[in-house]
Amino acid sequence: MAETIGVVLIKLAFVLVFPLGLGGLLTWVERKQSAVMQDRIGANRASIFGLRIIGLFHPLADAIKMFTKESFRPANAEKFIFTLAPAISVFFALVGFAVIPFGDRLVVGDTVINLQLAPLNVGILYLFAVAGMSVYGVVLGAWASRNNFALLGGLRAAAQMISYEIVLGVSIFGAIMVYESVDLQEMVNWQGNYFWGWLPAWGILLQPLGFILFFTVGIAETKRVPFDSPEGESEIIGYFLEYSGMGFGMYFLTDFIETVMLAALTVTLFFGGWQVPYLAADGFHFPWGGVLALQNWAVALLQVTSFVLKVFFFLWLQMTIRWTLPRFRYDQVMRLAWKYLLPLSLVNILVTGLIILLLE
Amino acid sequence: MIAALFFAFAAVAVAGAILMVVHRNPVYSALFLILTLFAIAGLFVLLNAPFIAAVHVIVYAGAIMVLFLFVVLLMDLEEERVRRHRLKLAQILGIVAAAVLLVEVGVFLKAGFAGAATQGPDGSQIIGDTESIGRLLFTEYLFPFEIASVLLLSGIIGSVLLAKLKLRS
Repeated sequence: MAETIGVVLIKLAFVLVFPLGLGGLLTWVERKQSAVMQDRIGANRASIFGLRIIGLFHPLADAIKMFTKESFRPANAEKFIFTLAPAISVFFALVGFAVIPFGDRLVVGDTVINLQLAPLNVGILYLFAVAGMSVYGVVLGAWASRNNFALLGGLRAAAQMISYEIVLGVSIFGAIMVYESVDLQEMVNWQGNYFWGWLPAWGILLQPLGFILFFTVGIAETKRVPFDSPEGESEIIGYFLEYSGMGFGMYFLTDFIETVMLAALTVTLFFGGWQVPYLAADGFHFPWGGVLALQNWAVALLQVTSFVLKVFFFLWLQMTIRWTLPRFRYDQVMRLAWKYLLPLSLVNILVTGLIILLLE
Repeated sequence: MIAALFFAFAAVAVAGAILMVVHRNPVYSALFLILTLFAIAGLFVLLNAPFIAAVHVIVYAGAIMVLFLFVVLLMDLEEERVRRHRLKLAQILGIVAAAVLLVEVGVFLKAGFAGAATQGPDGSQIIGDTESIGRLLFTEYLFPFEIASVLLLSGIIGSVLLAKLKLRS
């Protein structure tokens, strides 16, 4: 039986709430983790009736503040685009999640639910298209502000994101060659195989270089430290210079949503997506012979949990990187992309192709 | 449903194209062109060609138009100033292009719309998915495909050469 409108709406809600909720939570993680790393206490002031729960109300307080603050617009700003640009930014960050598979199949009654919102034939190409469009929110916002510092930030962002976008595409080609598909659900299914009957065939084992390249480039695409020269608050303040209130909030949120997106995509491409080792559609099949039969809903729950936990791990890793490295200089950012990452990803494609050819 | 979507996309594409030409601010012109490109990508999806649609957005809207916008922002073109430098040649070419378009529209109106060919000569459904396009590109159309890549390579070499020439002088 096909999925009803209701099921699609529930999936849609999940796909919207997951990155938005996590993005909000990340504002708290950012403060708290940096505090832990720098031996401080960190955000703990927001309280409801004296209840503080280690500062977890701070995202809520931030949201209220952003929404109620005056959204100031400079007198000579380009009104229409100035208002539209942050929304464009958030929009293209969010729509990418439509193709991320967060589980295999859930059977409710006689309905089979594919735990992926949009099983597109073009799969990862759709993600490239969306990633390509994310530049516009930044560049247009910077231009519409009519502020030279903002424009500088926008130009930096445009150059950086175009450069890294090319490497982003090329770095995944190796993985596409291995999985022989561009559909993300099929890629995750492929990673359910085992080497020698016991080692999960996750992408990281087959594409270690591809993973490192992709993850580096992904961090550059999120425009966060160490690749935050479009913002560079100590030199040019950045493309969102003239934004206040929710306009700034949307740019702020975009970075975090992109962080979640990168984590989800890394998990999907290189760490088995929703796969749990030895968990098949009917339960655990251990390589040493044991079988633990599970209901379909339990399997689906385990898969979604596994996906979310893996995403959490990569969020933590990105936060750690963000609070460990200082900002790269702009020419270093460019040199890294064109002189190191791009040739390396081309080598990755060549080596992958040679190995596949030799194995056949 | 498909007809309604087709007319919606077509209307957006035509309106975007007209606004692109008419608008005085180059940034807005670029934005309207992007809108047109998106509408055309939608038309490709309706034609069972999701791969072409995705590549269309990636290459044109995602890469080329960003570079366009980048240059427009860098040069900070003011409104109207561009219009004064209108070339006589451009006017003549415009008239020729308009005449060709008029003839085309006339021919189509007279012949009536046959609809897009979604069936191959052997009656099979033409599906422009990633796999079949990839297979065709690397088998039947390998030579044109490689020729196109040589063309692109010469373009890259040319641009590097131009940049180097400027450095030397």
